[in-house]
Amino acid sequence: MFTASVAGLVSVPVLVVFGYLFVPTGEVWSHLAATVLPRYVMNSLWLLLGVGAGVAFGGVCSAWLVTMCRFPGRPIFEWALLLPMAVPAYVIAYTYTGLLEYAGPVQTALRDLFGWGRDDYWFPEIRSLGGAIVMMSLVFYPYVYLLARAAFLEQSVCVLEVGRTLGRGPWQCFARIALPLARPAIAAGLSLALIEALNDFGTVQYFGVDTFTTGIYRTWLGLGAPAAAAQLAAVMMVFVFFLILLERASRGQARFHHTSTRYRRLPRYRLDGLHGLVAFAICFTPVFLGFLLPGAALLKWSVETADRMINMRFLELALNSFTLAASAAALAVVLAVGMAYGLRLHRSRVAYLATRLASMGYALPGSVIAVGVLLPFAWIDNSIDAWMRATFGLSTGLLLTGTIAAVVFAYLVRFLAISFNAVEASLAKVSISLDHAARTLGRGPGATLVRVHAPLISGSVLTAAILVFVDVMKELPATLIMRPFNFDTLAIRVFELASDERLAESSSAALAIVLTGVVPVILLSRAIARSRPGHE
Amino acid sequence: MSRRTASPSDAGAEAEQAALSLEGVSHAFDGVPVVVDVDLTITPGELMCLVGPSGCGKTTILRIAAGLEELQQGRVVIHGRVVADGAVQVPPEEREVGLVFQDFALFPHLRVEENAGFGLVGLGAAARRARAREVLAQVGMAGFAASYPHVLSGGQQQRVALARALAPRPRLMLLDEPFSGLDTRLREQIRDQTLHVLKSGGATTLLVTHDSEEAMFMGDRIAVMREGRVIQVGTPVDIYCRPACAFVAGFFSEVNRLEGIVADQRVRTPFGALAAPDLRSGDPAQILIRPEALGVAPAEGGEAQAAAAGDGKGHAKGRVITARLLGRSSLVHMGVAGADGKELHLHARVPGRFLPAEGSLIDVALDESMAFVFPADDD
Repeated sequence: MFTASVAGLVSVPVLVVFGYLFVPTGEVWSHLAATVLPRYVMNSLWLLLGVGAGVAFGGVCSAWLVTMCRFPGRPIFEWALLLPMAVPAYVIAYTYTGLLEYAGPVQTALRDLFGWGRDDYWFPEIRSLGGAIVMMSLVFYPYVYLLARAAFLEQSVCVLEVGRTLGRGPWQCFARIALPLARPAIAAGLSLALIEALNDFGTVQYFGVDTFTTGIYRTWLGLGAPAAAAQLAAVMMVFVFFLILLERASRGQARFHHTSTRYRRLPRYRLDGLHGLVAFAICFTPVFLGFLLPGAALLKWSVETADRMINMRFLELALNSFTLAASAAALAVVLAVGMAYGLRLHRSRVAYLATRLASMGYALPGSVIAVGVLLPFAWIDNSIDAWMRATFGLSTGLLLTGTIAAVVFAYLVRFLAISFNAVEASLAKVSISLDHAARTLGRGPGATLVRVHAPLISGSVLTAAILVFVDVMKELPATLIMRPFNFDTLAIRVFELASDERLAESSSAALAIVLTGVVPVILLSRAIARSRPGHE
Repeated sequence: MSRRTASPSDAGAEAEQAALSLEGVSHAFDGVPVVVDVDLTITPGELMCLVGPSGCGKTTILRIAAGLEELQQGRVVIHGRVVADGAVQVPPEEREVGLVFQDFALFPHLRVEENAGFGLVGLGAAARRARAREVLAQVGMAGFAASYPHVLSGGQQQRVALARALAPRPRLMLLDEPFSGLDTRLREQIRDQTLHVLKSGGATTLLVTHDSEEAMFMGDRIAVMREGRVIQVGTPVDIYCRPACAFVAGFFSEVNRLEGIVADQRVRTPFGALAAPDLRSGDPAQILIRPEALGVAPAEGGEAQAAAAGDGKGHAKGRVITARLLGRSSLVHMGVAGADGKELHLHARVPGRFLPAEGSLIDVALDESMAFVFPADDD
């Protein structure tokens, strides 16, 4: 019951937006469809295509090199390649704009070096669709890297050795055996990266690239047309469902790809001299461009602006971010434990399906979720208000919309899947006979949860809480649309300062977000180190 | 050691005298019946073994008794208290049963002593500790009280699991394949210790196993299950010496299978005609002979005599195919001329070392009390 009700509640926004696919279109929508919609669709498609190509290339190459080859720095790259994950796309976009704009250090240095004037040279415009593609590729490739790396590790060495004995060289083995075997994992990583790319708001908004997210934001707040925004969101959801299907289908196939269960230590190809250098360069470039360079720039600017920016206002922002993130994380974990345990006690089909539906929220862009939460909340507010006015002559105004509670609910819709999947997987590892042992020894279901399961799954629960915490810290579009009046967080502050072209001043808040984001990267790399078949 | 015993307030029905009584229990998973109309009664202090091939529904019965599986049809009574029927379904934590699992299911985050004391709900810390120590000593594990389960061997884990189940003095012990996780050598030793602990404490026990020898070793009585039904209940001697059907006869030992046609309520074998009182003339019959029912001795007399069929008075002549020493006994493979003239391949199990030369002639005697006649279609 608990499981199904929570899952059902969390699914409401998904269903509301989905419902708008079938709502007759209004005037605003016809206007949108005639003017901007084609642009949204094309920009979003080009973005997906570009980011897809970028993350696939970067992720697969680096994953293959660190799993199958030996070259200087390989053990460090194994985890360092994950670092760009800590940087939100909008932060890296602002940082590179600061570095590459006309007055930025790069162009200034070029002008000084060659004595160029304003019109003497051509320099690529970072604030463009191409720029957005590069920025997102730099921070989203780790999704592909992670899954491709796991797939390469799981591949039995025997299969590759058979390839070698059949007269294929290492590169041919890669192209004809390892790559096709890892294709489902790569596709899964790719769809996760693309879901993130669709979700991005800060980058495309700042770069002036009109996509669905910016369109929804503008239609909602600019045009004040919630219904049309919801319809845009519904169209976007079709894109997302396509990506989810891609991910699910690839995951499903992945199971059949292990033809041999024998694992041995990977005989890594040794890369010396020039080859080693090339491998090093391939792995170093994404780490440098995706983390080290922007991180250093943020650090430098933070130090320069510290006396102006690190003040009570900054502490207040940090506290707001922390409060939101901590409460969302705590709630997400508590609800996830309740749901997963409920499912364990009574394996009902309805509850199971409800949890799957609720997990969809993770794939939905923050802007879509914001629309899906605000519409029903506004309806509830209006209904209560109307009823109170009719009955008592009192106006209650807005009770839910524009409150912290509404924002936290939106976070739950988006991030509950993270904690639920983690808790469910962790619970599944606890043998069901432990439950039965505790029950026959006189402990009820609640006492069993507290005394047996809680200690056993506490590690995973903590990890899940940290993941949700960090994702909430980074979250921009939903917070932007739904936050209470005058309630700012670090992410909002970064967005606002950057929008005012005060990039250097946004750096301290951005750096705080990036540093928080490093925590789950560390957790992730530790988890990876522990789970590798064929390795001691 | 004193144990809670049944104290039925209004003695009457047999169920209320019993420690555990299952009445008309049926169970199905997704429409597939796994337990069909089972009646089973265990008296206080008795050790009942539920035995059958895998998938016969025996574990489901144990889980229904424990309350881990919701009863679908029938009635479950423990010491006079109805714990499950159409109206009530007492949760497992209120049934006062002790359960020992195949995988032992020790709590990995708790020390041995904490595991043993886990079920002592409502006791003070000191009392709980004392009782935990007491049961651990009973199973010979007192020295490991401060260890964590993962450092224990399989046999030690099994003993802790037994102690944990015994600690709250349950009204009924349920053991689900408790020895199948142990290797063969250790199994016999642990089985022996477990039997002593259970019997010396006077525990009422239902033990589920697929191993017929284990059932005979452990059980005061045995219930044989097959395809969801209990087909015979009795003491090990009943079951072994008076099997209710060919399946039961074949389940408890290897058997020699012969075929024949009933004539005049008798069926012919190389060892003479055996009584088949329940079969009609002309019906095909199967004759099951336990290997130890065939007594073997070196033949007296020459080739000519040996070639003749049996004397029809429980004796036959045979030719040794090969013979093997199996430790405590020897197994002799032999060819015996069948009633229809074809040679039958029979096994005889002889105590000690008896290894006649291959091809030599032997005199084979049948102990008729270990030969069973059933209809041919009864398996």
